[in-house]
Amino acid sequence: MGGYAVYVWGSYVVTFVLIVAELLVLARRKRNAVELIR
Amino acid sequence: MSMNWFKYSSPQTFFPLAGRLALVFGALALLACAVGLYLGFFVAPTDAQQGESYRIIFIHVPAAWMSMFLYVVMAFWAGLGLAFNTRLSGMMASAIAPTGALFTFIALWTGSFWGKPTWGTWWVWDARLTSELILLFLYLGFMALQAAIDDPRRADKAGALLALVGVVNVPIIYFSVKWWNTLHQGASVSLTKAPSMAATMLAGMLIMTFGFWFYGIAAVLLRARCIMLEREHASDWAGRYAKGIA
Amino acid sequence: MIAALRCVILRDLRLAARRSSDVLTVVLFFVIVVSLFPLGIGPEPKLLRTVAPGVLWVAALLASMLALGRVFAADHADGTLEQMMLGATPLGLVVAAKVFAHWLISGLPLVLISPVLALQFDLSQEVLGVLALSLALGTPVLSLIGAIGAGLTLGLRGAGTLLSLLVLPLYVPVLIIGAGAADAAASGLGGNAQLLLLGAMLIFAGAFAPWAAAAALRISVE
Repeated sequence: MGGYAVYVWGSYVVTFVLIVAELLVLARRKRNAVELIR
Repeated sequence: MSMNWFKYSSPQTFFPLAGRLALVFGALALLACAVGLYLGFFVAPTDAQQGESYRIIFIHVPAAWMSMFLYVVMAFWAGLGLAFNTRLSGMMASAIAPTGALFTFIALWTGSFWGKPTWGTWWVWDARLTSELILLFLYLGFMALQAAIDDPRRADKAGALLALVGVVNVPIIYFSVKWWNTLHQGASVSLTKAPSMAATMLAGMLIMTFGFWFYGIAAVLLRARCIMLEREHASDWAGRYAKGIA
Repeated sequence: MIAALRCVILRDLRLAARRSSDVLTVVLFFVIVVSLFPLGIGPEPKLLRTVAPGVLWVAALLASMLALGRVFAADHADGTLEQMMLGATPLGLVVAAKVFAHWLISGLPLVLISPVLALQFDLSQEVLGVLALSLALGTPVLSLIGAIGAGLTLGLRGAGTLLSLLVLPLYVPVLIIGAGAADAAASGLGGNAQLLLLGAMLIFAGAFAPWAAAAALRISVE
């Protein structure tokens, strides 16, 4: 990455992590909601 | 034909539809991002001025555009709920906010990481970045207000009013920040004014924008489903759904 | 109807006069915050002259925000607010009257004190004048926008901090233009453009904010 590796991968990795985190949080929220109903 | 529009305006009917749509858009998002990133990393050339660091643009610009777009969509659903007193519209607005805030944060983070190699500092008071920061506060304010109100109907309406006031203010905020920035001699290089973008760079960026857009739709629909389950937890359809999963 | 509105304003003023500590706290907060800045950044006159408009504006903004919780809270607590909502006078006008009274209590004193405080920062008379005028035009806008937030957060726990979070992003344009007016005057360009913009903001806010705040009150009180 021409010396800019830290910045480029820093951006992409953080973005990827945040998106995965959002999906995991959503999955857990749904599980909790279903549990609450039962 | 007009009957079809209102068929899905109740949580009971919209819930399964939202689930199917979320899958479809999620798949489309993966596809678009795969194509966009391939274009961005393997086809688009190295930038003459910024070297490889410009490749952050493939996330930064789509995230920023989506953050602004989602705010307007959120205000739209909020306004609809306020005007027609429909429960589902309010739920949609509430579902959008966290994803919008996430995109705003990503835009700020990647903007900062792009700024460091290009301008030398982690933060610059560039008009766009500053406006993004204020947009983040607008999102967080919306979420905080809704979290502070126990009654869901009041939370929906209060949030809706705040979102509408916010959406009216967004252009005012942007122009005042832009004016402020030019007056105080900010960075001389504009973030997205790359003189002439290579066609492949532009294509990659646009495809990534679609990827983010589809992901945004999918995430919002998934969250809307959660909200529907939480709010309608006492209803029959929710009970049937919960038992059906077991 | 005018009589009703005058009644609302006078009532608020009389209530504030009885609890004069409220007014004084706002002014005192303003004075202290402004006085803290030189202690924090150093006494060099040129630096202070540069930051003065921004410092005074931010302090006025924060002080005015402190007082916002009081626009509707007291009336909400003793039931007067519901009476006002049921009354014949349009709620938007009642809100406008209350906001005006609120500005007289917590905005106007700041405007009047600001020239004195600006002397601490060694501002020239001309810049001082523009600064005071910008505050005179801007603080009502802050009160008007703040009233919307106050209406939305009525009766909530943690209302004060939540109110600040909601209202600060909306305050940003007023702050930029307001402080910019004095900055422009200081650099010789003249603050007329910004002052005119502030005037426009005041008219715009005066026309729309009371109705938005009234809507917020209806949402909060049901």
